[in-house]
Amino acid sequence: MHEIEGMVNRYLVLPIVIPLLTAVLCLLFFRKPKLQRWIGVTGAAALLVVSLWLLGVVRSQGIQAVQIGNWPAPFGITLVADVFSAVMIVLAGVLGVAVAVYSLESVDAQRQAFGYYPLMHFLLMGVCGAFLTGDLFNLYVWFEVMLMASFVLLALGGERGQMEGAIKYVTLNLLSSAIFLAALGLLYGLAGTLNMADLAHKFASSASAPSNAIITALSMLFLSAFGIKAAIFPLFFWLPASYHTPPVAVTALFSGLLTKVGVYSLIRVFTLIFIQEFDYTHTLLLVIAGLTMITGVLGAVAQNEMRRLLSFHIISQIGYPLMGLGIFTPLGLAAAVYFVFHVSLAKSTLFLISGVIGRLRGTFDLKKLGGLYQGQSWLAALFLVAALSLAGLPPSSGFFAKLSLVQAGLLQGQFVIVAVSLGVSLLTLFSMIKIWNEAFWKMSPTASEIEGEITLQKDWSWLAPILFLVGLTLVISFGIGPVFQIAAQAGQQLMNPQLYIQAVLGGGG
Amino acid sequence: MEVVLPFVIGSLYAMAIYMLLRRSLVKLLIGLGLLSHASNLLIFTAAGLTRSKAPVIALTADQLQPPHADPLPQALILTAIVISFGVTAFALALAYRAYRSVNTDDLDQMKSTDA
Repeated sequence: MHEIEGMVNRYLVLPIVIPLLTAVLCLLFFRKPKLQRWIGVTGAAALLVVSLWLLGVVRSQGIQAVQIGNWPAPFGITLVADVFSAVMIVLAGVLGVAVAVYSLESVDAQRQAFGYYPLMHFLLMGVCGAFLTGDLFNLYVWFEVMLMASFVLLALGGERGQMEGAIKYVTLNLLSSAIFLAALGLLYGLAGTLNMADLAHKFASSASAPSNAIITALSMLFLSAFGIKAAIFPLFFWLPASYHTPPVAVTALFSGLLTKVGVYSLIRVFTLIFIQEFDYTHTLLLVIAGLTMITGVLGAVAQNEMRRLLSFHIISQIGYPLMGLGIFTPLGLAAAVYFVFHVSLAKSTLFLISGVIGRLRGTFDLKKLGGLYQGQSWLAALFLVAALSLAGLPPSSGFFAKLSLVQAGLLQGQFVIVAVSLGVSLLTLFSMIKIWNEAFWKMSPTASEIEGEITLQKDWSWLAPILFLVGLTLVISFGIGPVFQIAAQAGQQLMNPQLYIQAVLGGGG
Repeated sequence: MEVVLPFVIGSLYAMAIYMLLRRSLVKLLIGLGLLSHASNLLIFTAAGLTRSKAPVIALTADQLQPPHADPLPQALILTAIVISFGVTAFALALAYRAYRSVNTDDLDQMKSTDA
């Protein structure tokens, strides 16, 4: 029995090994950027295929776990994949493919020659590792892998804005890592283990559990550490100061994956480990969720630079999955999982489109843009799909995501957060319409400006990823029935930590 | 020792935060370094300090004899030290590049990307 399980489970390492191999191959051909590009795209495609396979396996056979080095569970490092992890890895694969293709032409030759593709894949490796690991210290290590790659990606190119942004990004993320590390030390001193399933098991059984007050105090340290990474209120200031500085491809990758790793970690620890005083912790999460939504969207409304405006929306949208976590029902968590997937697609699409606009007009300033609808009506249509999906108009994916969140909130009687989330949606719609009016609809302020031309035949590497992501947004919008079933299964598993514990520690629990 | 170390760690954190809040880029880096030291010491202390033997099973015994130190925190700290070494090296290089391109080490002058 154990032997056969081991055969399937061993492939759990693939989402980590594939980006690693790709990055190493790219490094071997460091002097041949052309070859690196294709290795990069192939590697990302392979990751996507494996992630879909993994999702299939987890869906049909339940939570999968593998003990690295065959050390039994609480002692060694465990990799675990439940439906939530698998969905997040699929997301990493999808964005990896889209951004790898988009980078072919949009990232300049200089950056590609200095290791853009290996870094991108190291980033993907860190992200997948963070999604798969079942050990908190190991999570810290994957965070660092991911952060190192992201530091270099952010600073690569060395423009003045990038340097200033990188200083803030690096400082606050290192601060977050230090808090995380301190929390790990205290947690180990308290429980004598850092295996997530073992922690959950120990804290759940009343005999061996430390007092709830201490656990809750510790959970606040974790909330601060993951909160900085997820850019929640009031810890988000590094994000709008840095995200708009690197090339758009990098921003799209960061916006889709990095903050989501923070959200993933929050959801993981606050459904599995820190559930003792959920009246207090999860109400706090709801308050933070509301404030994050409001401050983010108000920040966005004031912006006139397209990438900065979109950066503020990243913050605002982080509030929604937190709201699902704060509601703490299977429906709420299912909605949170669906929301994370949907918002990463929509957000990355918007960034990629802003990159195309930047290439056409040489600026991201809404005041200087205009008249894009005339020449590029198909680009306008693509933008509209992603923008309306972000705002949550039916029948887009954002509508179903917010509908189910609101439903879950109403069922639990959390009327305030429901009202806030709906109001924020309206403001989101307002600022999406602002981009639409300023960039696409109004007459171009500089009529004589020569407009670069962009066609699918010539510039497919710019447009294919956008089409791919918009197509996927449409799939999860119109295929909401089967897609939401996956999210519902993830929500069920998250609300039953016993399943996770059993999968890691074995049948006896 | 267990009474002294919390004070050491606390002062390290205080110094680190103080340095992080200064305007100079170099002091910021010193602050980050102190911060990681404080966290490492914290892991070391939180896991419990014991005057005991290394956790090695003697040739004559088949399991570990009780007074022994917990090896895991050391392993964790070692990992954390290696990581913070790499990160600090990167931060130094980044600070130097930032200094070259902005021409100042005053963080208050680096506000052009703030929203």
